[in-house]
Amino acid sequence: MAEPAATDIIIAATGLRKLYGRVPAVDGIDLAIRRGEIFGLLGPNGAGKTTTILMLLGLTEASGGTVTVAGFNPMREPLAVKRHVGYLPDSVGFYDNLTARQNLRYTARLAGLRGQETEDRISDGLRRVRLAEVGDKKVTTFSHGMRRRLGLAEVIMKRAEIAILDEPTSGLDPQATFEFLDMIRGLKADRVAVLLSSHLLDQVQAVCDRVALFNRGKIAIEGTVEKLSQQVLGGGYGVEIEAAGSDLPRVFAGISGVLRVTQSGDGKYRLVASRDIRAELGSAIVASGGALLRLDHVEPSLDTVYRHYFEAQHSEEQHGAA
Amino acid sequence: MARRSGSVWTGCGTVFLKEFADHLGSGRMRVLEWLVLLTGIGAVYTAIQDLKSTTSQDPFLFLRLFTDSHDPLPSFMAVLGFLIPLVAIGLGFDSVNGEFNRRTMSRILAQPVYRDELLLGKFFAGIATLAVALVTLWLLIIGLGLLTLGVPPTSEEVFRGIAFLVDSLAYGGLWLAVAMLCSVIFRAAATSALVALGLWLLMSVLWPLLSQFITSAIFPTTQLNLLMGPSYQQIMLQQTLARLSPNTLYAESLLGIMHPSTRALGPVFMDQLEGAVMGNPLPLGQSLLLVWPQVTGLIAGVIVLFVAAYVIFQRQEVRA
Repeated sequence: MAEPAATDIIIAATGLRKLYGRVPAVDGIDLAIRRGEIFGLLGPNGAGKTTTILMLLGLTEASGGTVTVAGFNPMREPLAVKRHVGYLPDSVGFYDNLTARQNLRYTARLAGLRGQETEDRISDGLRRVRLAEVGDKKVTTFSHGMRRRLGLAEVIMKRAEIAILDEPTSGLDPQATFEFLDMIRGLKADRVAVLLSSHLLDQVQAVCDRVALFNRGKIAIEGTVEKLSQQVLGGGYGVEIEAAGSDLPRVFAGISGVLRVTQSGDGKYRLVASRDIRAELGSAIVASGGALLRLDHVEPSLDTVYRHYFEAQHSEEQHGAA
Repeated sequence: MARRSGSVWTGCGTVFLKEFADHLGSGRMRVLEWLVLLTGIGAVYTAIQDLKSTTSQDPFLFLRLFTDSHDPLPSFMAVLGFLIPLVAIGLGFDSVNGEFNRRTMSRILAQPVYRDELLLGKFFAGIATLAVALVTLWLLIIGLGLLTLGVPPTSEEVFRGIAFLVDSLAYGGLWLAVAMLCSVIFRAAATSALVALGLWLLMSVLWPLLSQFITSAIFPTTQLNLLMGPSYQQIMLQQTLARLSPNTLYAESLLGIMHPSTRALGPVFMDQLEGAVMGNPLPLGQSLLLVWPQVTGLIAGVIVLFVAAYVIFQRQEVRA
């Protein structure tokens, strides 16, 4: 992957810190996010994702470090930043007594939009999140998923260069989630930088170009999913095998290129190799008189990376305590 | 410190229009308006019954519409003194925490507006709603007076009526600011309403009693007092304490505006009354001069409370 041009970077943070009393909620993070990129913030609850987002928006004052969002400092020029950023909060709410359109019109006015163009933008936003038919219905009647989509319509309507979405798909049913992720990809097509926080890992993996894994206010690891899995899992080519036979681990170990063998269940094994060894594996098992039931290449999933990382953290802590 | 860019009034206007529309259309407002209307008209109607017999003798007939009471109903002014705070608190107690509870706050604050625009817009919307209600009521009473008494109000009566409106609005604004301050401090709307109403009860019912107690604690009643009545210090202290309550300020200022014959709002020495034609009304300018401190006190209270709400709101975390 080519190094990004410096002008393309729209969010840049260095050494960003936030203290609540003496407790650091965010403890020195560095971020660089480009236009047209979907960047995922991952991590357990309380790891500092939302606090980071609030600092980027200028809604919370940072205790240290520097941030530039769309060329402005959110602490000094919060209004300029807010003009360029669309924000979909974790728990998004609307005025129930107003219609979807009226709700959007209110925020459009607050954002300084006036006239016919506003109406066109609102219609466009509603159409893109498939709420055009219910635009004149009161929001009281809206489901959870529809409210989220209305929130996204607001971001689209604002034509922001940056979209910050905090847990955008939490509490949505699978179909709604799928649709929502598609809409987020639509933003990317418009060269919008999307910053997305979530703990639903497969969704993050599905849309994000790069992710940052937060742990206790720090970015533990950052990069593409492949890069992360290389860092955490040690790289290699993963294979899952289900086979019956005697002394299979010894058979596996005999194949050149096999780095690690773990038994994950009765007759189930996991291999990590330096290259694609599926063909040799199959013939070796058959040659040893075993029965091959299943042979699969394992894509490095964010889920495994995540679990692996936090398990390692946990065991390190226990060692430290002992 | 960088200068702020952009005008306060753009965002403020948007918030104002939305909140104003919300207030006027809300069921809560309708209930409060009916309450004011019914009690008000009840009070005025009984006053009219009495006034009909004295139409020819009184130079300030229309003011009497507002001030006369007839047992068992209190005067219209007394009714308002009771109900304006109720309406103002009803309008303001959930203005800020309501946004948090509806989860709209972070969405609104992510727009390019300052927080004071939001607060100011909400405050002015409340004031405007109060003004609409008060002016309607005022016109209604004047109309009722015209129909039943058959005499038009004099220009001085109209000006005194307008002064009464402004004064009532300042009083309502003060309670609106109290309610908004509560709505900034307390996250639960019920707590905020309860605290605001509690303060109102304290100020209207308990404070006059408390000011007497405190005075008698500082200047105990002596034998001389029993013979001659309370001393000058006692009166002054009690009055100063009582004036800490906005209700006292409002009552005193209304006394000055609506009873033109009021000459002083505190103790008067005999020598100060020398040459005065007792019972003769003061001209409008002099009446206004008399209540000036009370009215400015009310307005100053509004500003102080609003600033307090602003400062606390500014420091609040928006995470919700």
